[in-house]
Amino acid sequence: MIDANSKTLLEVHDLHATVGGIEILKGVNLTVRTGEIHAIMGLNGSGKSTFSKVLAGHPSYEITRGTVLFDGQDISALAPEERAQAGVFLAFQYPVEIPGVANNQFLRLAYNTVQGKRGKEELDPLEFDDFVREKMKLLKMSPDFLDRSVNEGFSGGEKKRNEILQMALLEPRLALLDETDSGLDIDALRIVANGVNQLANKDNALILVTHYQRLLDYIVPDYVHVMEAGRIIRTSGKELAQELETHGYDWIHASDRVAGAQS
Amino acid sequence: MSAVLQNLVNQPYKHGFVTDIEADIAPKGLNEDIIRLISSKKSEPEWLLAFRLEAYRKWLDMAEPAWQNVKYPKINFQDISYYSAPKPKKKLASMDEVDPELLRTFEKLGVPMHERAALAGVAVDVIFDSVSVATTYKEKLAEVGIIFCSISEAVQKYPELIRQYLGTVVPPGDNYYAALNSAVFTDGSFCFIPKGVKCPMDLSTYFRINTEESGQFERTLIIAEEGASVSYLEGCTAPRFDTNQLHAAVVELVALDDADIKYSTVQNWYAGDENGIGGIYNFVTKRGLAKGRNSRISWTQVETGSAITWKYPSCILRGENSVGEFYSVAVTNHHQQADTGTKMIHIGPNTRSTIVSKGISAGQSNSSYRGLVRIAPTARNARNYSQCDSMLIGSHCGAHTFPYIQVQNESAQVEHEASTSRIGEDQLFYFAQRGIGAEEAVSMIINGFCKEVFQQLPLEFAVEATKLLSFKLEGSVG
Ligand SMILES: Nc1ncnc2c1ncn2[C@@H]1O[C@H](COP(=O)(O)OP(=O)(O)O)[C@@H](O)[C@H]1O
Ligand SMILES: [Mg+2]
Repeated sequence: MIDANSKTLLEVHDLHATVGGIEILKGVNLTVRTGEIHAIMGLNGSGKSTFSKVLAGHPSYEITRGTVLFDGQDISALAPEERAQAGVFLAFQYPVEIPGVANNQFLRLAYNTVQGKRGKEELDPLEFDDFVREKMKLLKMSPDFLDRSVNEGFSGGEKKRNEILQMALLEPRLALLDETDSGLDIDALRIVANGVNQLANKDNALILVTHYQRLLDYIVPDYVHVMEAGRIIRTSGKELAQELETHGYDWIHASDRVAGAQS
Repeated sequence: MSAVLQNLVNQPYKHGFVTDIEADIAPKGLNEDIIRLISSKKSEPEWLLAFRLEAYRKWLDMAEPAWQNVKYPKINFQDISYYSAPKPKKKLASMDEVDPELLRTFEKLGVPMHERAALAGVAVDVIFDSVSVATTYKEKLAEVGIIFCSISEAVQKYPELIRQYLGTVVPPGDNYYAALNSAVFTDGSFCFIPKGVKCPMDLSTYFRINTEESGQFERTLIIAEEGASVSYLEGCTAPRFDTNQLHAAVVELVALDDADIKYSTVQNWYAGDENGIGGIYNFVTKRGLAKGRNSRISWTQVETGSAITWKYPSCILRGENSVGEFYSVAVTNHHQQADTGTKMIHIGPNTRSTIVSKGISAGQSNSSYRGLVRIAPTARNARNYSQCDSMLIGSHCGAHTFPYIQVQNESAQVEHEASTSRIGEDQLFYFAQRGIGAEEAVSMIINGFCKEVFQQLPLEFAVEATKLLSFKLEGSVG
């Protein structure tokens, strides 16, 4: 996917962030170019979700040091909705339920708001209905999702599909998928992965957050990063995921010690 | 995001202005002479004065209720003027003769009355302070035999009907505020739908309290005869004052066999400022008697205003197969207090009732649902379904639910469901991540939450109610 005309989409430099006064991110560096797929792996609690939320602008998290450039612009002062409108998308690890709000209304409001901000055409309810049903086919979702309340009573897998449906509607330039594979059975995983692959193109980029290698069999990354204690401690090609799967995360430290001993 | 929520909730009251119309005000204080004055000002028959005096004597022996979950300084009933009326230059035959100042007031309120009446097909019986100034569409209604006029006019023109029904649903000694109202009520609406007539349009009344410190004691009486049906709309707004204004209305509904009365309210009285100063005290007694077989009484209310709301629109289901409904949205913000709910009294066999109550609290406000479902021994196969949902916005407000269930017939089916949710940061972040800002998010969540109630409102009212809610809650989520 990496091509000569790609340009830098995301540039994270020495990012430190706190939540409730506790520092979670301790100097993250990451550069993502258009057309690329990155995977961030790491044990539970290593800071992957925090990193995603900080990029998306969750108000509980505070950036205390470092910079986040999206398309060359510092986005750290932008409200989360402005980042979303600019094309940053986060598929949540745990999507919240919003009782009483019909999914189709929510999706249409999100779609039209974002389209409006991007100077593109908005759709009336009937047009949107056709449009969204088309997108749902991609993810093999049944149309009755539209009438249900947002995420309410959805199974884990249904919630994840609903996230990817939103990605399909909002056409982000940078999509962060936080553990989208967890809670999916193998058929659902294939469908979701297939949907994501169809959405990836040379003008956008994906960051897959996962701690299993499984998803990466279906969505093949250009880079794999390992996060630990709020930092990216290793970056390599897709083969790294396989090695982690085989040897476990401790293997990194073992190989580091070997590398350290040699130097 | 706290700041956004804050701004949303802190919008100043839009309708805060006083109209400069010369009022004819009784001296402050309450005694038998004042009651005689009111009665004579209104040229009432002897029996009505007797009704008032009886109520007054009962009231003297009653104690102000203290069981409700609200706090307010003691009301000095001697510091209130019990009668005020704008001075009409002459009897008004048409809208053209209405004081232009008054018409401008309606403009400011966003109620272009004639336009509204004509366009929406709504007949408006306008109450300005305590005297009805203009009534439209009366003739059209008269064609099908419907009477829709002020209660004072009805006392003059249809004394037999008033005498037959007044105080039959809410007796003069029913409760403290109802007794007070019965003694001193100055005006209100009367509506009579004769046998077999379906009212061809929604009937609507706009209330407005205008004279500072003049208590408002509206009296409304609606009768639907056999097979008749009517949808009645009540909307309120009041000017901004620093002294609390007492409002103690009584509404009585009577539905005979197969009759259907739907009563909808959107209430937006001045709630006091963000420090809780000023605002209306709204102590209302609303009750419907489903007297006949297969009759139906349905209350829908959207309560957004008042410093204190104390209100329990109720249904007495006496007729066999009669139906009672209560759909309510109560929003409180800042220092508002609301204690509201309903009573469903099942007396007849196969009576059914539905209660859907949605309470939304923001700021430092407190909202309580208080509901009574009573199944009398005579109410074979009675059924009730109650659903009480509370939504909290921010962490300084409170919601309380007090359901009282009294079942005296074993065949009854009574179901109660309750839930509490909070609009939290994570929900708002989810919306934001999809490009939707906090204001729109809150409005969407609230409208979703209130959907079952809004669906009950006439379309035009539903649109107003939706706007009103968003407006009331602007700035409260963060
Ligand atoms: N809101 C929060 N308050 C306090 N600690 C938090 C909060 N969110 C995350 N953390 C802590 O930050 C660390 C990283 O969490 P997270 O980013 O969710 O990790 P991952 O997604 O890699 O499993 C964990 O130790 C977690 O407990
Ligand atoms: Mg995580």
